[in-house]
Amino acid sequence: MITQKEINDILNDKSPESVEALANAARKITEQYFGRTISLYTPLYLSNYCSSKCTYCGFNSHNRISRIKLNSDQMHQEMSHIANTGIENILLLTGESYQATPLSYLKEAITIAKQYFPSISLEIHPLETAEYQDLYCAGADGITVYQETYDKIRYSQVHISGKKSDYAYRLSTPQRIAEAGIRQISLGILLGLGDVKYDLCSLYAHLKKMESAFPGIEYSLSFPRLRKIKGQDFAVCDIDDITFIKIICLTRTLFPRVGINLSTREKPLLRDHAISLGITRMSAGSATCVGGYHLLTAENQDPQFDVEDSRSVGEIVNMLKSKNYDPVMTDWRRIENIPA
Amino acid sequence: MQGNNSNHIIAQDHPLEIAGKKFTNRFLLGTGKFKNKQELADCIQSSGTQIVTVALRRIDLEQSGESILPYIPKDVIILTNTSGARNAQEAVRIARLAKESGCGNWVKIEVINDSKYLLPDNNETIKATEILASEGFVVLPYITPDLYAARALVKAGAATVMPLASLIGSNQGLKAKEFIKILIEEMDVPIIVDAGIGAPSQAAETMEMGADAVLVNTAVATSANPALAAKAFSLAIEAGRLAYISRLPKQKDIADASSPLTGFLFEIS
Repeated sequence: MITQKEINDILNDKSPESVEALANAARKITEQYFGRTISLYTPLYLSNYCSSKCTYCGFNSHNRISRIKLNSDQMHQEMSHIANTGIENILLLTGESYQATPLSYLKEAITIAKQYFPSISLEIHPLETAEYQDLYCAGADGITVYQETYDKIRYSQVHISGKKSDYAYRLSTPQRIAEAGIRQISLGILLGLGDVKYDLCSLYAHLKKMESAFPGIEYSLSFPRLRKIKGQDFAVCDIDDITFIKIICLTRTLFPRVGINLSTREKPLLRDHAISLGITRMSAGSATCVGGYHLLTAENQDPQFDVEDSRSVGEIVNMLKSKNYDPVMTDWRRIENIPA
Repeated sequence: MQGNNSNHIIAQDHPLEIAGKKFTNRFLLGTGKFKNKQELADCIQSSGTQIVTVALRRIDLEQSGESILPYIPKDVIILTNTSGARNAQEAVRIARLAKESGCGNWVKIEVINDSKYLLPDNNETIKATEILASEGFVVLPYITPDLYAARALVKAGAATVMPLASLIGSNQGLKAKEFIKILIEEMDVPIIVDAGIGAPSQAAETMEMGADAVLVNTAVATSANPALAAKAFSLAIEAGRLAYISRLPKQKDIADASSPLTGFLFEIS
């Protein structure tokens, strides 16, 4: 396993030669294991109710934003809009409110999503194993849960109150998801929150531990950079593009088969280049607020973060094709999920 | 001259037979990792392959994207694979869904419960084979080469056995040679070597030792010119097959110019 010092040395060296060498290695491995294919998904925010106070997030319970939760009719409208773009993998997101978006609400959302999408993932507040099992049986294929930062002190500084301030409970969440039988787990760190080198080393160790304990799960990693919210800085992200690209390439060389996700937090130029360096999944045509696809006009929206790449699904598909990549819409076929 | 007629030579071989269907081409193509679907179609044409394997998870049944199926000629067998199955039950459900979706009843069982090495789980594969073969599927199970597993699979109704040559996608070649040799020697069903074959020379070597067919994907799809690579594999597989049926002399460790031990018996005194 790579040491903290080795990670530090690699990320500290920003010479063009070292970046190019790492990119070459990453590109070769990515093509060998994934070929020239990129899976596409779209996020759908179901609710922005949140009972946690996290300094960097637009849904922070202390922020004065309009709180919205999609009802079933609205879910149909938003999902139908997304499905019409050709997207078949949906990521359902909520703020972290156990009251506003209880298990029954999440199951209802999955049940509706099944009518539109062969593959359903969720990014929601951490749950108990039995609850994850309920979601699995309802039709959830993947769960995304980021530790955000593995630095306990920094974690407590930015997660001020609410359930999310419980570091240990969040850290043990991937294990509970795995025990429930969920097929895909996405882990990640929020770049700009803590010391990136420390967080990266800790994330790798976490993934390694999960791979040993639960080898059958498809893992993917995300490296979201802190973004402005409605043009305002809530925290400064000091991760430059060189470091960001090196993180992707280094991750690819250390974990050849792991999925790496790239969201619309990143600018088109960077996204277009990153696809050949290790990225396997990217979001497209994303709205990052509740009701952002069909229900609300732009001026009435309160996003979780500002989107940097506003291209439509069709435009992303065309970009991929022009770069000789095959856009993969379907990467899973729903079968009845039965608990192990 | 008859000896120069290649059709005459090939006529001395019998076609590969799986579940009553006969195949003259012994190159099977996987369909993942291609940069576009036309490139896959070009490979099918250039290689003359008659069986391609497609992951059900990648078949766009909703047809909201570009479906792979129109790129596969009607006379080519679609061998749906159960990629993504982690146990026998999931493989069975995927195979049934494939059949219901109109993808036919030929299924390559892939049960993988390790996302790092992607090695197949032989035990679960045997369980899935038992169920699917009894339901009338033509079952081609993908396994880590093991004699006991192969015997159990044939007993369960497998139409072939598909042992891996080395880790999938690795291009490492015939690392499991000695164990595959045992399967070729002992099993009465066709042995189709799958996974890890990274160069036509490795495919030829596999066929020379008596494998019935070879499946390749990564080495073709990730080459600079897939259609050319597919043809190279197809030719190498044919060459290896001809070498096998021609019963090449075995390699020797020492030079063997005459009969130094018994030659004296035949010398005229």
